[in-house]
Amino acid sequence: MITRLLVANRTEIASRIFRTCRALGIQTVAIHSDADAGLPYVRDADVAVRLAGSAPAETYLDIDAVLHAAKRTGAEAIHPGYGFLSENADFARAVEAAGLTWVGPTPESIVAMGSKIEAKRLMRQAGVPVLEAPSTPSEADLPVIVKASAGGGGRGMRIVRDLASLETEIARARAEAASAFGDGTVFVEPYVERARHVEVQVVGDRHGDVLVLGERDCSIQRRHQKVVEEAPAPDLAPEVARAMHEAARAAAEAIGYVGAGTVEFLYDPESERFHFLEVNTRLQVEHPVTEEVFGVDLVELQIAVAEGRGVSLSERHGALSGTRGGPDGHAIEVRLYAEDPADDFRPQSGRLTTFELPEADGIRVEAGFESGSEVSTYYDAMLAKVICHAPTRAAAARRLAAALDGARIHGVATNRDLLVGILRDPDFLAGRVGTDFLDRTAVVAAAAQAEPHRQLLVAATVALAEDRRARRAVQRGIPVAWRNVTSQPQLTRFENDLEVTWHGGRDGYRFDGLEVAAISPDSVALVEDGITATYAVRVDGAAVEVDGPLGHARLVERPRFADPADQHTSGSLLAPMPGTVVSVSVKAGDRVAAGASVLVLEAMKMQHPVVSPYAGTVTEIDVRPGAQVAAGDVLAVVEEEQE
Amino acid sequence: MGSNREAMLEKLADLEAEHAKAVGGGGERYVERHHARGKLLPRERIELLIDPGSAFLELSPLAGWGSDFTVGASVVTGIGVIEGVECVITANDPTVKGGASNPWTVKKIFRASQIAEENGLPTVALVESGGADLPTQKEIFIPGGKLFRDITRASARKEPTIALVFGNSTAGGAYVPGMSDYTVMVKEQAKVFLGGPPLVKMATGEESDDESLGGAEMHARTSGLADYLAEDEHDALRIGRRIVARLNWRKARAEPGSFAEPDADPDELLDLIPADLREPFDPRGVIARIVDGIGPGNERAFDEFKPLYGTSLVTGWARIHGRPIGILANAQGVLFSEEAQKAAQFIQLANQVDTPLLFLHNTTGYMVGAEYEQGGIIKHGAMMINAVSNSTVPHLSVIMGASYGAGNYGMNGRAFDPRFLFTWPSAKSAVMGPQQLAGVLSIVARAAAEAKGTEYDEDADAGMRAFIEQSVEEQSLPHFLSGLLYDDGVIDPRDTRTVLGICLSVIDTTPFAGASGYGVFRM
Repeated sequence: MITRLLVANRTEIASRIFRTCRALGIQTVAIHSDADAGLPYVRDADVAVRLAGSAPAETYLDIDAVLHAAKRTGAEAIHPGYGFLSENADFARAVEAAGLTWVGPTPESIVAMGSKIEAKRLMRQAGVPVLEAPSTPSEADLPVIVKASAGGGGRGMRIVRDLASLETEIARARAEAASAFGDGTVFVEPYVERARHVEVQVVGDRHGDVLVLGERDCSIQRRHQKVVEEAPAPDLAPEVARAMHEAARAAAEAIGYVGAGTVEFLYDPESERFHFLEVNTRLQVEHPVTEEVFGVDLVELQIAVAEGRGVSLSERHGALSGTRGGPDGHAIEVRLYAEDPADDFRPQSGRLTTFELPEADGIRVEAGFESGSEVSTYYDAMLAKVICHAPTRAAAARRLAAALDGARIHGVATNRDLLVGILRDPDFLAGRVGTDFLDRTAVVAAAAQAEPHRQLLVAATVALAEDRRARRAVQRGIPVAWRNVTSQPQLTRFENDLEVTWHGGRDGYRFDGLEVAAISPDSVALVEDGITATYAVRVDGAAVEVDGPLGHARLVERPRFADPADQHTSGSLLAPMPGTVVSVSVKAGDRVAAGASVLVLEAMKMQHPVVSPYAGTVTEIDVRPGAQVAAGDVLAVVEEEQE
Repeated sequence: MGSNREAMLEKLADLEAEHAKAVGGGGERYVERHHARGKLLPRERIELLIDPGSAFLELSPLAGWGSDFTVGASVVTGIGVIEGVECVITANDPTVKGGASNPWTVKKIFRASQIAEENGLPTVALVESGGADLPTQKEIFIPGGKLFRDITRASARKEPTIALVFGNSTAGGAYVPGMSDYTVMVKEQAKVFLGGPPLVKMATGEESDDESLGGAEMHARTSGLADYLAEDEHDALRIGRRIVARLNWRKARAEPGSFAEPDADPDELLDLIPADLREPFDPRGVIARIVDGIGPGNERAFDEFKPLYGTSLVTGWARIHGRPIGILANAQGVLFSEEAQKAAQFIQLANQVDTPLLFLHNTTGYMVGAEYEQGGIIKHGAMMINAVSNSTVPHLSVIMGASYGAGNYGMNGRAFDPRFLFTWPSAKSAVMGPQQLAGVLSIVARAAAEAKGTEYDEDADAGMRAFIEQSVEEQSLPHFLSGLLYDDGVIDPRDTRTVLGICLSVIDTTPFAGASGYGVFRM
């Protein structure tokens, strides 16, 4: 029996595992990097160990440091969560060699499934359908997808639609895979255009039993990373689902799989055929949807298996079996990321000034952050998972959308509006999901381009003016913007060319077409056409966070004046985010074409090329590879070519 | 009541139309031309100069009304808050004859500097003026020197003077930046020299150009007259704000604590003031709509002093925006001996406790007639004028209705230098009512005719009376008097509390104390 368990991970998954441990009476140990010291999961554990540094390589990926932490705290078991060392066989072996219990599959299973090429071979043997591509694809085989054998999380994947570019793409995928996984092996598969990603949850024990807990649909992805996951999969014929479950069982049994794992399939809804993709030898991010519909605790089952017990009996839920009458209702999970859908999903960092997700019936929140948390650039930008379990899929989608819409998230841009857009999209509600969902529907564009409704601008304007009034040094009681001779309206300007004109004075704020009905320090009520809408407002320096019935916005007031000394030379290329310069492809004096890459910046595990906005000559290049830059730093100056 | 409101709203619409003339400056053509040059109008400059959302109390906006010059007198003056500091701001309007100063411009600037002096405020001048309006130079040149004297005397009193030069500031005008503590010049716009190229050519034969004689770059880099070189107009305003931010400014009195809004709705002031001034009104209704309502530390909105004596004048204590004030308000128009003595006592009481005074005018003057003359009305009126004249606490005056005869003096009219004096559109001010004045003239003429034994021309008398009545009526109206700078502006009665609140806040900049001596009170 385990009495103390260390989670070799961070944020929401660490908190999630601690919760089950508490229910089981197991003491908990957290590890944290310097950057993560203030996150809630650190306080969730009974004890926490600091791993000096912030980069993943020197903290969560440092096997010796993690084992040392376990030793110092007397932890008897290690749960790896997902990501980081969760699918690292060396780590699993080291844990076992240190005499600790490894809460996960055997190192052999990890190795076997870690190589996608090897996994495909094993599955082919076990009779599981596998996608095959000719070693030298022809025009007829297009499109194909290049994948990293050791990959995961979408990295190293490249879709190729043009034979001419195949070689380059393979080379790039190799480079990316080598840098990300330390293994540059890649392989090529046929690419199914309108495929769905359906996966089956299995849990195997040391007695040879395999529990199959239905399937999940995880088709909606951006950058090959999942955004929305649900169980059961919508619009999937029962016989196909059954066949998939059996294939998953066969796969697990073929390799004597122990622990929780996921068998991923590519499902072609047109042919109703599915093919094996890979086995994930860990707890998945999206495991809660399975838990919700099957009423199980997968972490508890993982611990039970690690302790040598069978999967057919849960300490807390009683008897379990692979065919417990199927799933109950429907569960949907969304991943709330700190990223900007309007800017190609670029990860965002900074202080989450407010992070409040409403509590509601059927809503489960797995959050790694809280109001005031700092979102650093070192790690994945997922803030929380929000899950809704309801009797039907439509009910779950509606409740989940409402919960997200009612959340107050300030300080850092998120994909919240996109998630709400997906959950309310007619195609989604009709079950027409697919890996191409975000490309073929307008939800991304809608979330990215939506200009804030004028009411939000008005509410923000009032909030800013009230904030200024509250901080006045003199004339505190005088009405805002009072004039005895009116010459012009007041003008409040926000970033992105948004502006509001208004009048102040004796009768309070006056805006064209709407009235300010009530003002409190944290809300503004507006009346337009007889309809009153109340907005929650929060002033944060020059920014105002507005949440209300017509949407959410962070509106940043533009300063009235710019100090010329702060102006950048025109043509300056600024760092879009904090990061490290990986490579610089130009030198001063070089001529560059419009769109040409000037340098590459790596931030949050992704490489971002910084390109010249126009054809011109590089007049300054201020950084070298390896340089750390802050957002807004001038990287280079390109003088535009005159016509 | 409805007709009172209608009458007042009509007067307010007239006022707005007159204000719009001042705002319109030199007219659409000149405004467009100015904008086309990428330049800002004076009020646009002021809007950017003051703190966002703060108030701007424009002073003397009707200056020059009724004269041959544009309403507003080609300059904007007022009180605004810059980086939390209350400042007097002046801004030439270059759309009106290139911002040239006419006699009214000069008077208006004098008044603004008087306000800066009396209240110890910094002054920010937004300069762009072609100098003196030459046809009227005789009225400007000699008294105009005071403009420059005032700047340096303000500096000597440690009231900072800041000049932001947006354009022409030549000849005498060059001394505005020349005399100021801080000078900012806008690149490629400011032009500051004693003599331009033609004058220099005439005087010395030297060939020169604007930039070498007075360009912003030259003054910033060579002459040192410019302390800051601004990239553009916005930058000049930004620098001006930074200068004020670094003045390390402290007011004599701390900002008061919280207070309640009036117990009665100020909007009802429009109903309260009779359309016909012969109809008296109770000033307590006005007071209740101007002063702080009941709240912590202010358990009664208005504590009336001597309520049973001299009832034609209401006196008492209240607060406006948390600041204590003593109020004298006419109730029945006429001032009798009792009212005069009550006023003299009340003014002394306010001086005993260093409390500013507010005079709310609606008076037809001191009572006349044998009974009152014999009762010593002159002595008593003189006591009141003595007290007002020698009181040293700050005074504010609002002319709500009538302000006739010596009543205007006793109630602290313009000649008695209240810190601020504002007028409601309903006001009338003259030596006496138009009908009375015409009637008096008629009686005197008739008596003269009788004395000479000539027949009195009744038709001519009727014509004379009508003419006198009409011209006195016109000359006693607010726009006319405001045009002559006899007040600091005509205000909407509903804004009275706000205007007084700003004035009292401004007054708190410098210390004040009540009088310790008066002239001889004739008993």
